[in-house]
Amino acid sequence: MAHETLDCRRLLCPMPVIRVQDRVAELQPGDELEAICTDPGVMQDIPAWCRINGHQVLEQKVEDDEYILRIRVGEPSP
Amino acid sequence: MQRKAVALISGGLDSLLAVRVMQEQGIYVEGINFFTGFCVEGHTHAIRKKDQKKPKRNNALWCAEQLGIKLHIIDIVEEYKDVVFNPKYGYGANLNPCLDCKIFMVKKAKEWMEAHDFDFIITGEVVGQRPKSQRKDTMPVVQRDSGIDDRLLRPLCARNLPPTLPEREGWVDREKLYDFSGRSRKPQMALARQFGFEDYAQPAGGCCFLTDEQYSLKLQDLWQARGEKRYEMDDIMLLKVGRHIRPAPEYKLIISREEGEGKFLQGYRKQYPSLKTTSHPGPLCLIDGDFAEEQIEQAARIVARYSQGKNADKVELEYRDTEGNTRQLKVTPLPPHELKKEWVV
Ligand code: SF4
Repeated sequence: MAHETLDCRRLLCPMPVIRVQDRVAELQPGDELEAICTDPGVMQDIPAWCRINGHQVLEQKVEDDEYILRIRVGEPSP
Repeated sequence: MQRKAVALISGGLDSLLAVRVMQEQGIYVEGINFFTGFCVEGHTHAIRKKDQKKPKRNNALWCAEQLGIKLHIIDIVEEYKDVVFNPKYGYGANLNPCLDCKIFMVKKAKEWMEAHDFDFIITGEVVGQRPKSQRKDTMPVVQRDSGIDDRLLRPLCARNLPPTLPEREGWVDREKLYDFSGRSRKPQMALARQFGFEDYAQPAGGCCFLTDEQYSLKLQDLWQARGEKRYEMDDIMLLKVGRHIRPAPEYKLIISREEGEGKFLQGYRKQYPSLKTTSHPGPLCLIDGDFAEEQIEQAARIVARYSQGKNADKVELEYRDTEGNTRQLKVTPLPPHELKKEWVV
């Protein structure tokens, strides 16, 4: 299972969501992706995007003004 | 066989309703949301501190969640520039190239539709809703110029328009589509109630900043100063933030108006030289353009005017270049009458 990190610092929503979306499209179900962001909007938008598209948010936290979300890629829908 | 439609989702009520109308007819729908860089969604809400108490949400994502559909957000920032620079059908009241924009988006959606084996496209457009892009005579233009032809269905006003392929083939029942027209929002609101939608977004102007007069003036000023129509992502973001003052044609000051903006502008200090008051609480200012050494003092005097030291004899500031080299300045804040009206963009 891949564990990847994605630097979304300084990007404003929805750019971090787009980056996550495009990266997730290249990953396999079960892989994990950690997105490091600076726009607080991601705390709403990335989980919403995950719910819609069937991915799981494993963790979301704030560290030194950075918003970090860990995602597990879900199964593709039929 | 279940037919599949791709919907253009702006985040507003109309596209929300259009999708639900299709779902009622058993059509499988996925959404596309195009990010042009000018979208009203998100940004400024995230930047300005006073708005941070309200929970922020991306309305396109919110709509998709309400509808239970997948949403694909597509970055079209680069390609969209040509639409903004050279709109074949011109601009609306401000720098909004709405008709060209619609054509472009439908064309992109068509590419997506074909690549993903979908059958047709839906939009939330309503005849007569917007003076430029949503008129009875411009609707066929979108179909023709985008190449989508009759695979574009507008469920909210379809009965005012000739039957499209999905209607003729019986994929959808034309009788169960709507005949909304004009600027009134009442039919949409009634339909929203019927479907049980609450708390939907109702953007006043349009879906993007190009319909905003102040924003368009700032963009025009930028083009004028550069001698050509050109912008980068950072430019269009920064046009949404702070007060913009151009004391000379060569350079412009971007001065934060409150803490949230100051924090946001701080992220740009490696790309733009900046000024910050040190003796008094005050704004952060980025300097955009080519300026001469002796113009820094003038800039500092303007920035000082917006600090809490505006009535002090002297205000101290730190000037920082893009490499991080700093130097201190001590200036007299510019008195209000010396701040020329025409400098304010
Ligand atoms: S308001 Fe903006 S996004 Fe909407 S159609 Fe016009 S130019 Fe395009």
